[in-house]
Formats: sequence, C-alpha cells, structure tokens
Amino acid sequence: MKKDYSRRSFIKNISLATFAALALSGCDTEAFDEFLQKNFKTLSKKEKDEIVKNLESKYKKKYGKEFHVSDKPAIDGTLFGYALDLSRCIGCRRCVYACVKENNQSRNPQIHYIEVLQMEKEKGIDFADSNAQYNPEKVPEKGYFYVPVQCQQCRKPQCVTVCPVRATWQEPDGIVVVDYNWCIGCRYCMAACPYGARHFNWGEPTLPVEEINPEMHYLGNRPRKKGVVEKCTFCIQRVREGKYPACVEICPVGARKFGNLLDPDSEIRYILENKRVLVLKQELNFQPKFYYFFGI
Amino acid sequence: MKDKFYGDINIPVILMILYIVLFWGCKNKIIENNEVYGGANGKAVNIMTQKAEEYAVEAPPFSDGIFPCTDCHKNLTPNPVRRVLVDWHDDISAMFNHDSENRWCLDCHDFKNRDYLRLASGKLLDFKESYKLCGQCHGEKYRDWKVGVHGKRTGEWNGKKEYLLCVNCHNPHSPIFKELKPEPPPVAQENIK
Amino acid sequence: MNFIRFITGSIKIVFQGSKTYYAWLILLLLLIIWGGFGYSGQLAHGLIQTHMRDSVSWAFYIGNFTFLVGVAAAAVMLVIPAYIYDWKPIKEIAIFGELLAVCSVIMCLSFIIVDIGNPLRFWHMLPLIGTLNFPSSMLSWDFFVLNIYLLLNLVVVTYLLYCIFYKIEYKKSFVLPLVLFSIPMAVAIHTTTAFLYNALPGRIFWNSALLAPRFLASAFCSGPAILLILFQILRKTTKFEIKDEAIWKIAELMVYAMFIYLFFTIAELFKEFYSGTEHILYWKYLLFGIGDHKEIVLYSWSSIIMGCIAFVLFLIPKTRKNFITLNIGAFLIYGSVYVEKGIALIIPAFTPDVLGQIYVYTPSMTEIRTAVMIFSLGFLLFTFLSKIAIAIVFDNYNIDSLTPKKRLSKQVQPLIL
Repeated sequence: MKKDYSRRSFIKNISLATFAALALSGCDTEAFDEFLQKNFKTLSKKEKDEIVKNLESKYKKKYGKEFHVSDKPAIDGTLFGYALDLSRCIGCRRCVYACVKENNQSRNPQIHYIEVLQMEKEKGIDFADSNAQYNPEKVPEKGYFYVPVQCQQCRKPQCVTVCPVRATWQEPDGIVVVDYNWCIGCRYCMAACPYGARHFNWGEPTLPVEEINPEMHYLGNRPRKKGVVEKCTFCIQRVREGKYPACVEICPVGARKFGNLLDPDSEIRYILENKRVLVLKQELNFQPKFYYFFGI
Repeated sequence: MKDKFYGDINIPVILMILYIVLFWGCKNKIIENNEVYGGANGKAVNIMTQKAEEYAVEAPPFSDGIFPCTDCHKNLTPNPVRRVLVDWHDDISAMFNHDSENRWCLDCHDFKNRDYLRLASGKLLDFKESYKLCGQCHGEKYRDWKVGVHGKRTGEWNGKKEYLLCVNCHNPHSPIFKELKPEPPPVAQENIK
Repeated sequence: MNFIRFITGSIKIVFQGSKTYYAWLILLLLLIIWGGFGYSGQLAHGLIQTHMRDSVSWAFYIGNFTFLVGVAAAAVMLVIPAYIYDWKPIKEIAIFGELLAVCSVIMCLSFIIVDIGNPLRFWHMLPLIGTLNFPSSMLSWDFFVLNIYLLLNLVVVTYLLYCIFYKIEYKKSFVLPLVLFSIPMAVAIHTTTAFLYNALPGRIFWNSALLAPRFLASAFCSGPAILLILFQILRKTTKFEIKDEAIWKIAELMVYAMFIYLFFTIAELFKEFYSGTEHILYWKYLLFGIGDHKEIVLYSWSSIIMGCIAFVLFLIPKTRKNFITLNIGAFLIYGSVYVEKGIALIIPAFTPDVLGQIYVYTPSMTEIRTAVMIFSLGFLLFTFLSKIAIAIVFDNYNIDSLTPKKRLSKQVQPLIL
C-alpha cells in the first residue's frame, strides 16, 4: 500500500518535473505530448499518421528542410533476406559510410551499423582473431578475407524477447525495428545480441544538416535522440518502397545481395538454392535471415 | 491441366520461332539484333528476354579515338602471327594479363573485321555484347551474372533493375579486380567522447 | 491517525543525535552532493559521460546493482534461523537484516535508473499504463520480484516496529506468512537477477548453469559480512544489543556459503580450462588478460586472494571467534565479492565483445561519483531507519515518550470544552 502510494507520487513527481522543465525551456506542449506518446505498435493508423505529420513539421522547423516521414507498413507477402558473398568482399568499407549517410546516423559520437572484420584466411571465420581497425593503403590485403557484420535480422531475435517494454519487435516482413520514442535505453538488447548489431546513442547525436537524408521512415532513419538504441533496418525506408538497401547499391564488387525470401524467383532464393550458405554463430539458433556465401 | 501445359510451352516455342526467323532474316549480316533492342545508342540492353524489367547499364566508353578500329585497321594487312605489340597497343601488351600465356588479341578480336569480337564458333559479336564472349569461358560466372548473383544490380528488388556488364568492373585485358583504398576504420571506442 | 503519529515520532528520532551522528550525516550529505553533481552531468550530456560504449554496454552500474541484489538477499540468512527455528539472539537482529534489505533494494532500483538512457520513460515499464514485456523479458521479472521483495520487507519491518512502538502484541498470523514468503522471494530476486544474464547465449561468459547458484552462494557470503560489521559498529556506538553467539552463528553460516561458492567456482574453472574451447577467452581475459590488455587481472586476483584468506579465517574456529580476525575476514570477503560482482562478473562478458574486439573498460569519474551518490543515499536511509529501529527496539522509545506536553494538552482540551 505504502509502496503503491510512493510509486504514484513518483510518477506525479516525474510529471511535475517534466512540466517544470518544459515550462523553463519554453517548448510548450509538444515535448510533453511526445513524453506521453504511446508505444507505436499500440497506435491506430490515424494516430500514426498524425504523429508522422507532426514529425515532418517538427523536423522542418528544426532543420529548415522538407522531409518526408513514412509509416508505410510491411508489403504483403514479403520476408526480406540478405546474402553476402565472402569471396567477393574486399573490405573497402564503402557500405559502412553509405549506410551512415542513408540512415542519418550520428557522426559524433560515431555510430556505424556495419562493422567490417578482417580475418586471416588460414583461421577461417574466427572473431577472436579478427580486426576491425585495419587500415592499409589498399585492400584486399594478401592472406586476409573480410566479413562485414550488421544486424542479421534473426527469425528468433533475442533482442526482442528481452526488451522489458516491447520497444523493439519484428515486423511482418522480418525486419526488427525499434520505436525510438518508447525505448527506455536499458541496453538489455545490446547484451542479448550476439552480432553487436545494436548501437546506443551515448550522447546527443549530431549530423550535418546538409547531409540529412530527407526520405525517412518512422521505424527507420528518422533522427534519433540520446539515450536510445538503434540498429540496421535493411533501410526500411528504401526496401518498403521497392528499392535495394543502400549498402547493396554502393558495394563496388557486388558482394551484397538482397531480396524477398518468399519469392521463388528472387536473387536471394537463387543463392539459397544454388550456392552453399552459412549463417554466423549458427549454434545459437537465432536463425538469421542474413546469409554468407562463397560465390566463387 | 491441358491449358496449363500449353501455357507453359507456348512462350519458349514462340521465342524459338522468333529467334529462328530473326536469325535467318539477318544471317547475311552480323547477328547484332538478336537480343538487342532499345535504341541505337546501345543503352538499355535487355539481357533476359523473360524478364522485361532488367536492364544493363551502358558499357564503359572506349579509350579516346580508338573506335571504330577499322579507321586504322582497314589500311593494315592483318598479321595472324602472335607477337608482342610495339608502337601501337603497347599499353595493352604491357598490362595484358588474361591467360596471357595461351591467348592473345585475335582470340577475342576478329581477324578480319576489327570492329567486332568473335566467339570461338566464329560468330561475330558487337562490343555491346562482350559479356557473351566472357561467358564462353566463364560459363559459371555468366550463369550467376544473368541471375544477378555475380556482379552488381541496382534499382528495385521487386522491379526495375540495372545490371553492370562484365567490362564495367573487369578490364578485359587484365580482368582481376583492382585494389581499392579502404574508407577510414571506425573511431576506436576509447576515443568516442 | 495512529500511523501518522508513528511516522512523526519516527521522524523526530531521526533528528536527535550526538555530534558524531550529525557529523556522519553531514559527511553523507556532502558525498551525496558531490556525487549528485557528477550525476547531473550525466543527465545533461547522456551516458557518454560514463566509459560504457557499444562493446561494453553494461558495466559498473549494473555490477553494483548485482552486488546489491546479493546484499538484499542476505536478509534471508538471518530470517531463516530467526523465524523458523525461533532462535532468540538472531530474532532481535533480523529486523536489521530486513532494514538492510529495504535499503539495498532501493539502491538497486536507483542503480537501474541511473543506468538507463531515458529515466523519464521509466513509466513504460509500469503495468497497465506501460507495455511491460511480461513474462518474456527477465528484466520485467526482476522488476516484479524486486518490488515485491521491497514491499514485503517494508511491511514486515514497519508493522513490527509499529507494534513495539504502541506496545501491542504483533499478530503472528500476519507476520509469519509474510516472513516465510520473503524467504523464497530473497532466493527469487537473486535467481532472476542471475537469469537476467544467464540465458543470453551470445554472452558465453554468463551462459553457464552454475551462474545462478554461484550468485546465491556469493550473496550469502557478502550480505552477512556487511551485517557482521554493521552490528559491531552499532553495538559499540549505540544501545543496540547483540550476543556474541549470534555473530558467531552468522559467521558459521557464512563458512558454508563460502565453501559452496568456492566449490562452484572451481567446478566452473575446471570445466572451462580442461576443455579449453574458444569459450575460455573470457576467463582468460579475466584471469590473465589478453595480449597487452591486463587491466582487469589485478582486480580478479585480488578478489580471489581476498576470498581465499577470508575462507581460511572463517573456517578455523579460533580465528572465527576472535573478533579481530573475524572482522578482517568479513572485510576481505566483502571486498572479494564486491570486486567479483562489480567488475569480474560483468566486464569479461563484454570483453572481448561479441565480434572479438577488445575495448578496455574502467569506470569513469562520473560513474564513480554517481555510485558514491547512491551508496551515500543508501547509507543515509539505513542510518535513519536503523536509528528509528534501535530507539524503538532497544531504547524503549514508544508512544509514551512522544512529548508528554502534547499528551497533556490533549488531555486538557476536553476539560476546556
């Protein structure tokens, strides 16, 4: 009883504190509405559209540019899969920076969704001996191969299971997304992810206004705030419009392949059928939809 | 059942007939129009006749003033003897690294008409169709490339796509993929402040 | 009405004390302010002020949280003999164990709040208005059991003190079920916290079935160690009474816990090092370092050595019953478990990270200051609560000792009417 009381007063105090903070900063009820906004998954279509509209005008005010924020749901009959040709990748990191630009990631503190690991050919895929900091004049280096790692879009994503507030979930098209307005920043998902795919905004993210990608998705590349977790969404803002993810488009060696796993004529299905594929850390049984293969 | 059977068989049959008609219609000419349509400038070459929305990008341009080859070659007497080229095309000789022990220019370039490439069968190919020449040896790559597994596709995963041709990435005279300068490594986490 | 008088009476006690008492309060307040400024920096600029990064995404805060869960569970060490065997000397002090549990659970929750990126969004976890991911997320379980455990201890302690304050016989039928329930709950808070880490296959270091048992065993070492020391301090400085036998009994129970803890650890180490799979990497980092990264080795070995010495001191009856060696042992085991939980349990799970990269983590000043703030707050709370409890239990501070004047005026009033 006593506890209930104290909890209620805790919320009350917090609300009061927020109110006070808002009154001081003079940003009226907008931030308060945001504070009270419900989990995106529980919202109706109408509420979603309204939130998205408000975001557009908010971003316009903040950055002085036109933005398009989408809340487009998954396309029926799609389950996205990805394949990466280990025999092609030369470790040039073009994908890393194309991703940063496309997805409006923070430049400082730096957030990269893709980490390219250099591994010794003699040792095979061995994370313990891998090196992410390689920086020679030219790649590929003799005796090494390269394994880019990003969100593996698991079929059984433990990051989703462990989230205490259901701020992250798997969409019908298989993309695991985060509601940046609902995430409390406990980072349990980061502890759970065996691929290091989740990234935390340790500080207030910064990105140059002229480099902001104006084509946004609510669950994807809209600007984040400090204290929330973000991750690769297969460029949800692109793939739901039918486009390839940015990392696929930039790859100079064509090592990156993307498509609909439910479409028997897709590139990805061809690879599964005709190449032998592997997934990272298969023994964990997270069942990634991100496959690695040897195209040669 | 019957309908379905006919539905399945019709398209290849029609294509076959079309192919034969076209082939015979143009047999005195070089078979450049076989699977090529979409403009004289060579843009938008359709490779896969079954899929209407897959397009190859334009092949990379030739070196300045080198094409048509016949501009120079028409005045020269063809010499079929394998040799190291000096004076002309010495740059290609210098870089040539494509099974160079066993092969040289005239294994791909036509002896008589230098504006065309030539398959082993003797069939002449336009430069725009160089991928067929590549595919003659690299059959597996050719097969993978046609389905979008080897090489690069851009555009839409469920719609219009653009292919790169073999020669967009590989120099035919030295096809090994060129090394690149890597983008900078991520900021070490101890330096993120 | 009675309850309010009990509360006001209690508050009154808090502000009565000697100079040393006030000096202690001022010291704690200064520490809270010093730490609070550190924490305000983190609130303003984000967790970038800590040394946690993507590779090591949980660290010192969560380590402290884990340690304090252990301390909270320690109350049960006193409750079991006190209530079940009705063993008199311990029964008197069980109340202080429960007070300690209350304070440490509050500190636990504080460490969680300072660790999360959006503390204001804490309401997303609340049932009904939020979307608590129950029962999937172990964190939601932890949230439940910690709060229930807090509530249980708070109710029992308050009720018992209230009864003594009003000199009424407490209802055994009310207290006993709650107390009995608190025993499995103490095990539950510990087990769920261990399970929080345990079932993440991506974190191989934690993915051992022995994690939860080791957790419990180490908690039953460290928690009572704090109590041992606190009881002696209280006995010297206040009217708090405790018999020597009670202290020795606690020490004896600790030996069992320490033995089990040692056995589990050896079992774990044997399995890891004899099989020598790639999973050994994290233990290697902990015990020997990897390459030039040996920063953590000092901590792990100091923890091991402290633990072993403490075990020997507690094991030999002579040293166990000598208060000097007993206290040394208590400090050593406390230190050992604190280092083990605070650093040796969390950091190696993240170093090397899941992709094999090594980021060397050591706590930043902000993290230390924030931790100091929370510990000082916890100590302050414990000081207040135990002051009240000592006054009521040992000092005969009761309803009658509430200013006689007031009672007089109350009696006078009807006369005027």
